[in-house]
Order: sequence, then structure tokens, then C-alpha cells
Amino acid sequence: MALTLEDVKRVAHLARLAIDEAEARAVLSQINDVLKLISEMQAVDTRGVEPMPHALDVVQRLRADSVTESNQQRDLLQSVAPEVEGGLYLVPKVIE
Amino acid sequence: MHNATIKSLAAGLASRAYSSVELTQHFINRINGLDQKYHAFITLNPEASLKQAKAADALRSAGKGQPLTGIPIAQKDIFCARGWLTTCGSKMLSNFTSPYDAHVVERLNKAGAVILGKTNMDEFAMGSSSETSYFGPVRNPWDVDKVPGGSSGGSAAAVAARLAPGAIGTDTGGSIRQPAALSGICGLKPTYGVVSRYGMIAFASSLDQGGPLARSAEDLALLLNVMAGFDPRDSTSLEREREDYTRELGKPVKGLKIGLPEEFFAKGASPDVMRAVDAAVGEFRKLGCETVEVSLPNMKLSVPVYYVLAPAEASSNLARYDGVRYGYRAPEYTDLLDLYKKSRAQGFGQEVKRRILIGTYVLSHGYYDAYYIQAQRVRRLIARDFAEVFKRCDVIMGPTSPTTAFRVGEKMGDPVQMYLNDIYTIPANLAGLPGLSIPCGFDAAGLPVGLQLMGKHFSEGLLLGAAHRYQQATDWHLRVPTETPL
Repeated sequence: MALTLEDVKRVAHLARLAIDEAEARAVLSQINDVLKLISEMQAVDTRGVEPMPHALDVVQRLRADSVTESNQQRDLLQSVAPEVEGGLYLVPKVIE
Repeated sequence: MHNATIKSLAAGLASRAYSSVELTQHFINRINGLDQKYHAFITLNPEASLKQAKAADALRSAGKGQPLTGIPIAQKDIFCARGWLTTCGSKMLSNFTSPYDAHVVERLNKAGAVILGKTNMDEFAMGSSSETSYFGPVRNPWDVDKVPGGSSGGSAAAVAARLAPGAIGTDTGGSIRQPAALSGICGLKPTYGVVSRYGMIAFASSLDQGGPLARSAEDLALLLNVMAGFDPRDSTSLEREREDYTRELGKPVKGLKIGLPEEFFAKGASPDVMRAVDAAVGEFRKLGCETVEVSLPNMKLSVPVYYVLAPAEASSNLARYDGVRYGYRAPEYTDLLDLYKKSRAQGFGQEVKRRILIGTYVLSHGYYDAYYIQAQRVRRLIARDFAEVFKRCDVIMGPTSPTTAFRVGEKMGDPVQMYLNDIYTIPANLAGLPGLSIPCGFDAAGLPVGLQLMGKHFSEGLLLGAAHRYQQATDWHLRVPTETPL
């Protein structure tokens, strides 16, 4: 199924990517080429085949529900943030 | 020194023929003198490297040397290394100094290896040519007008040009094996779960796997011995007994059963590539191996399946780049949504954005089953093909890549052509199998050809043993790029 220009803009919004008209047009045909490539696998009869989410059929490892990390790394982790104040990440005002 | 293998450099360090400081300085000098031609490195930090070298010399003096103690290793810029700029080839992380070490980096540091520098790569490992890097393309040491392959192209070029004795990389659809093949060196993608993904910047988590690049199978084994190991911080890391990956290096390959899948030998690869691969298979027969023709009927679906799964997982993984907690933030924005959208639009390059869009689309409401779940079902069919084939043989052999290195710029305008380049490497990622590429000859233009060996889960030792035996009988892995000054 081929995408339209409107689809590309909608998906870009979902992905939180700003996209202008020219860029959307340029990427549209490339995405449709890739979807055409993908369509080959859509025709395969997979009734009764279990999806394979993981390369080895292993079970997710669990651990005890206990605190394992302290908050002492906060300063270190925030040292690479664009804007912080008093241990908080700053973003534009969300609630009036 | 720069033509020596890790194995012999370790012997040199152990016998005090030279110190790690001298060895590290030698490679830094080579990089400074030659890397403007190849652009294999994004970041060097000689001060930090030499400090590690000095500590390694002290360890050796104290009799606490391990095989990698004092060996300088180039690290793909996808591995977080504390205090090092870690960019993943992207503008998004061009200002990111990692506050912590990846598990692999931790293990290498503990073994006394020296971080020689961070290598250039396709942005977020999305590419097969190392051209999508924000920092500019990497050049192939065998011909600088050609790409080195990707995405671990900087690591491959560094090893090929003798700017590093060994390197680490990652492989999601061929990103270690294909650049190893195109650059004339050796590269191993281990079984999924053998090497921890902690601190390895995520692309497609169900496929990503770290591994070594070096000039011999023996060196790969030495590197993997340090890189592999259980790590509770990666939920897919496997709890297994430690293995010595050098254990099969001395063993003969007589009686080894080699499966030759018709899909790898049907038309598709270039005649020069097939000539070299056929000759390599002939060499293994001479060494006493048996060959058997096998088939992987669903293999042709690997690329379509991959281009659903990898972008889907990438679109989810790359949602973390929001311009808030780390990485690039757009200089101007009106509100929070605008901050997200502009930071991401400006911080990501074209290929990354294209894959995020595809991934978001295939995961979006109404399409999830038709794309993502269907791809996971076909993935199982492909994995089953391998399981069937491995009932009849011990290893599979074929070309690593359908062609030798292509021209810089040649495939950049046509994503599908670029994607099809990984037809022989993607299947191992989908099935989680180990895959190894070793040099096995040259095309008419003098560009290297790679032979791929694949095995059952956890058969790295066997693959490395077979490759080592081949490298004792041949000298393709010893060839030096003609353009590289000695």
C-alpha cells in the first residue's frame, strides 16, 4: 500500500519530527520504494506460525523488586542535559 | 609494530620489547599522519589513551598482565565510554560526553586494554557504507574513492590501514561483517546475547550485537574472550559458563561439514566475488572438509523482514532523543511539542529520519499486525530454515557481501539498492546466529572479498577455529592495502 503526502505528514507528527512540504515530498517516494520491498513478505502464508520477537526463545529474566540504584548519580547524569535547575530538567511551560 | 597482530603485540609487551606507552604513541602518530585520508576516527584523546597505557605498563611490570593488557583498541563511537565524546555519528549526540561506560568498555578497561579513539560510523549505525555520518564519510584504505562498508566502517578502515591492531563494532544487519569484507579484514558477530548491549547505543534491540574486528581469527578470539560475558543490566544478556574462544584454534578441520546454501551461490553476487568464495571453499575441501548443498528457501525474505523490524525497533529506541535530558536541543522553539519536533528534525540526518518514519508507520494503529507481527512470523520461518540446515552440516559458507566496495556516493540516492547490499548478512541477525567474515581474495580491481562462515548458536569457537586453520594455509588476511604507507 502506497503512502500519500498527508500520510507522511501524519506519521512525522506521530514521530515528533518537524517536516516541511519539500522534505515530505522528497521522502515520500523513497518510503514507498521501501514499502514495495517490504510487500514481498506480506504475501507469505504465515498461518499457525508463532511470531518471533527474540532471536533465542528464552524467557525474560526477572529480578527481585528491590531498590538497586541510588539517586547519587543525578548530578553526573544531568551534567549532559541542555538545561537544568535545582536537579530538575527545564522545558517550556506546559500548563498555563 | 603496526603490521603485527594483537597476539604478537601481546608477546612483544610481555617480553618488554616495547611498552604500551610506546605502542600507543606509535598508533596515535600513525592516525595523526594518515587519518585525514580515511576519516576513520571521530575522536582521539591521546592524554587519556596514554594514561591507560601507562597503567597497563605498570600492570605488566607487576606480573598482572592479561593478553589484552596494553593493547590499543579502536572503539566504534556507539559504545559509551566515560569521559569520552560519544556521538554515534550523529549531530544529535555531537555534544554528548558519556557519564558512564558500556559493559564492553568496562570489560576492556578491566583487562588493561587502551582506548585508542572513537571510530566513525553511519549515523546511529543505520547504513552499509559509513557515509551517513554527521562527521563525513569514511574512505576505504584499499581505494579512497570507495566506501569501507558500514556501519562499523571507521573501525574496519582503522584496522585495514594499520591505524589500530583491533577494534570493536556492532552488527544489526551486517555492520561488522560487511565492512570487514569490504575492507579486507576479519569481523565476528557473536550469537545474540553473548555480548552485553548495556551502554551500546540502541538501534534495533532484538538484532543488535557487539563484536570484534581484527586482522586474524586468532585476534578475534582474544578480543571476544574479553568482550563476552553475562551482564544483569542487559535483560537479553545470557547467563552462561565462560568460554575460551581460543580453544579450537589448534584443532584440525578434517571432517567438518560445510553447508553451501544454493541461495548464497545462485546468481546475485558478482562473478569476482563468487570466484574468490569458490576458491576458498576449495581450500577448505583440501583441508579435509566435506561440503553439502543445502537450501534456505525463506532467506530471500530477510531484507523485507529486516526493513520492518529494524525501523520499528529504531523508531521506538530513538524516541528517547527529545532535546530534554541529553543531546541536541534546537536553539529556537515555541512550546514543548515544537521543542521535540525541531530538536529531532535538526538533530537527525536523512537516513535516520527515513527509518523513524517507516518504523512509526509500520507500528501505527491499524498496520501493526500486517507489518510488525507478520515480519516476526516470517522471521521464525527464516530461523527454522537454519535449524533444518544445521541438522546436515556444522557451518554454512558463502559470500559476506554480493559485491566488493562500491564508490562513495554511488548508492546514497537509492535506499533500496543500499539495503539489498546486506542480503547475505541480515539472516544471521534475524536467527541470532554467529557470523564471521574473513578475507578470501580480491576482485579484478584489487578490492578485497570476504568469505562468510555461519554456525549454530554459540558456535563462535568452532567458526574461529575453522577460520584460523584457513588462515594458516592462506595469506589473504596478511595483505596490506597498497595505498597504506608502511
